[in-house]
Amino acid sequence: MSGAAKPGRRIAARFAELANPADGSGVGRGALIPFLEACDPDYETSLAILRGMPAAGADLIEIGVPFTDPMADGPTIQAAAKRGLRAGSTLSRVLEMVRRFREGDSTTPVVLMGYLNPIESYGAERFCTDAGAAGVDGLIVVDLPSEEADLLEAPAEAAGLDIIRLVAPTTTAERLGLVLRGASGFVYYVSIAGITGTRSASEADLAAALPKVRAATDMPVAIGFGIRTPAQAAGAVRVADAAVVASVLIETLASSLDADGRAGPDTVRLVLDQVAALADGVRSARRALISTEI
Amino acid sequence: MNTDTQIGERPTMTRDVTAALAERANSLRHGPDERGRFGIFGGRFVAETLMPLILELEAAYEAAKADPEFRRDLDFHLKDYVGRPSPLWLARRLTAELGGARIYLKREELNHTGSHKLNNVMGQILLARRMGRTRIIAETGAGQHGVATATVCALFGLKCVIYMGATDVERQQPNVFRMRLLGAEVHAVQSGAGTLKDAMNDALRDWVANVHDTYYLIGTVAGPHPYPAMVRDFQCVIGDESRAQLQEAEGRLPDAVVASVGGGSNAMGIFHAFLDDPAVRLIGVEAAGRGLDSGEQAASISRGRPGVLHGNRTYLLQDDEGQITEAHSISAGLDYPGIGPEHSWLHEIGRAEYVGITDQEALDAFQLCTRTEGIIPALECAHALAHVAKIAPKMGQDDIILMNLSGRGDKDIFTVAKHLGVTL
Repeated sequence: MSGAAKPGRRIAARFAELANPADGSGVGRGALIPFLEACDPDYETSLAILRGMPAAGADLIEIGVPFTDPMADGPTIQAAAKRGLRAGSTLSRVLEMVRRFREGDSTTPVVLMGYLNPIESYGAERFCTDAGAAGVDGLIVVDLPSEEADLLEAPAEAAGLDIIRLVAPTTTAERLGLVLRGASGFVYYVSIAGITGTRSASEADLAAALPKVRAATDMPVAIGFGIRTPAQAAGAVRVADAAVVASVLIETLASSLDADGRAGPDTVRLVLDQVAALADGVRSARRALISTEI
Repeated sequence: MNTDTQIGERPTMTRDVTAALAERANSLRHGPDERGRFGIFGGRFVAETLMPLILELEAAYEAAKADPEFRRDLDFHLKDYVGRPSPLWLARRLTAELGGARIYLKREELNHTGSHKLNNVMGQILLARRMGRTRIIAETGAGQHGVATATVCALFGLKCVIYMGATDVERQQPNVFRMRLLGAEVHAVQSGAGTLKDAMNDALRDWVANVHDTYYLIGTVAGPHPYPAMVRDFQCVIGDESRAQLQEAEGRLPDAVVASVGGGSNAMGIFHAFLDDPAVRLIGVEAAGRGLDSGEQAASISRGRPGVLHGNRTYLLQDDEGQITEAHSISAGLDYPGIGPEHSWLHEIGRAEYVGITDQEALDAFQLCTRTEGIIPALECAHALAHVAKIAPKMGQDDIILMNLSGRGDKDIFTVAKHLGVTL
């Protein structure tokens, strides 16, 4: 078994509480992890979406950090990153956004997803310290595979940040141990070999893939890439512990913008309504607590 | 003047093993290390989805390297299809006009498809076939690598998809047409500034989505390990041949080796044979665009700083926030905000020098070479020629400059005509 949920941290606490709710019902559920791109289409709008997400049903939140060359992302998130950069997104601004979110929410875990170069440019150690202080709980650095991860591990650990590792359909059984070594928080299963927002895995694919990941770790497993509907989100949390939904929310946001790319009067509401619908899907897939999960 | 004592001397059975090991440790020619690093540069900064693929590629390449049959197959294709060895040409009129060092041009533009690109492409396509891949993807800037890739795909009957920035598609129409004639699908990439960087992003995105049958044939000494080392190995033939040819012509090593640098494959190809000869100056010529300090250039080493992009740590053009900035050069093949990691390392340890040449200087050198030698050079190597034109007059008539004439300029005549105010 590799990787560990770190007790005392927000991510571990949230998954534990969802799996074994305080109501004593013994019926847990999976988590919804909606995604937003920082400063898309502007700082205030994305902060409003972020602040509204927990009430709309987000259990954890993933914030994309805009980068000029997002190699693992499809056209939807590429465009979001471009809007974010045009609106002046920087790592400092993203951390400030999390700090302002934390003024009103001290329990919902926040995970930053991004690429290595802006972090290195900021300074890996200083970034981890500042991110921890701002209230960030975990990092997903797309272009930092296990082979290169040593440069972020010590400062992340010192700052109390979970390093969330990606596992892909191409990850061999032999690699899983290496990939999960040093991982914490949860495991992010990339459900398709491909970029974000392009295609979806079938429930049969997921049902076949998840046991292999489960066998390698006790950590919660989230499924991402290709989850677009409440039904798909429900399907994902029937086999895994969380569903990450990104591109479809960005599409909703993008379609609400005016011709100049500015937020419309309904932008925040439309995105949050969709988060609520996805949350209903996730909550419909309640699961009886099975003994191995205690 | 250098006297070459290395040529002809080969390790023998009687040689002390310790001395041989010490020599190996002192050599600059054995990089990268097992993590794919040249000093702090290089590495494997890719998403997990690609990690198993590049490990598989590394293993397949190591096996091929050790297989004499692979070597024989490659040598056969290099000789009878690419047309190697390429000549080494003493540029007499150019030398006389500049009035200094003797200038030798390594005629890589005489290779089939008109540039050094086919050396690497031939090596990788044989590897892709060994690996059983049926679909080949590649990025291209000027189109030279795209044409070379489309060519070998036609030769071996493989499906070929080329990613090319929309801006480059516009300014390199002849090569786009060539690729389509050769049966390749050419995707014009609209993101970013529509140049080589964006083409590489989309090629990586294609690879990640088509892992089961696709081979990504990178055209330069960049990308995640093992690409920088593998592409260099396939391009080393340039320097190895030059060294032997110059030995035959002059009985010695050159005083300076000059090559243009975008990603840096033609430069690594000609530098590598001379890395352990400290008396040989190695000079990489970056594109200074409208001037090194104009904000419109593609000089990653002169005006960039280390960072991580496209799978490797290297010098990059970037802003204070670590966002990658757009490069500019009149030459589509040099229009890239990064450089191969081995060059970054050679720069940091001081083994190679990197200088900048502007668009205008390259245009002038383009005409100079055409007029004096009857060779129309690619705009990429016109940058190297422009630097040669700067240093040759300051050197003695017994000195020797070896320059990699890495591509022919037929593809560039429209661009040059436009800059000269001529309508074709």
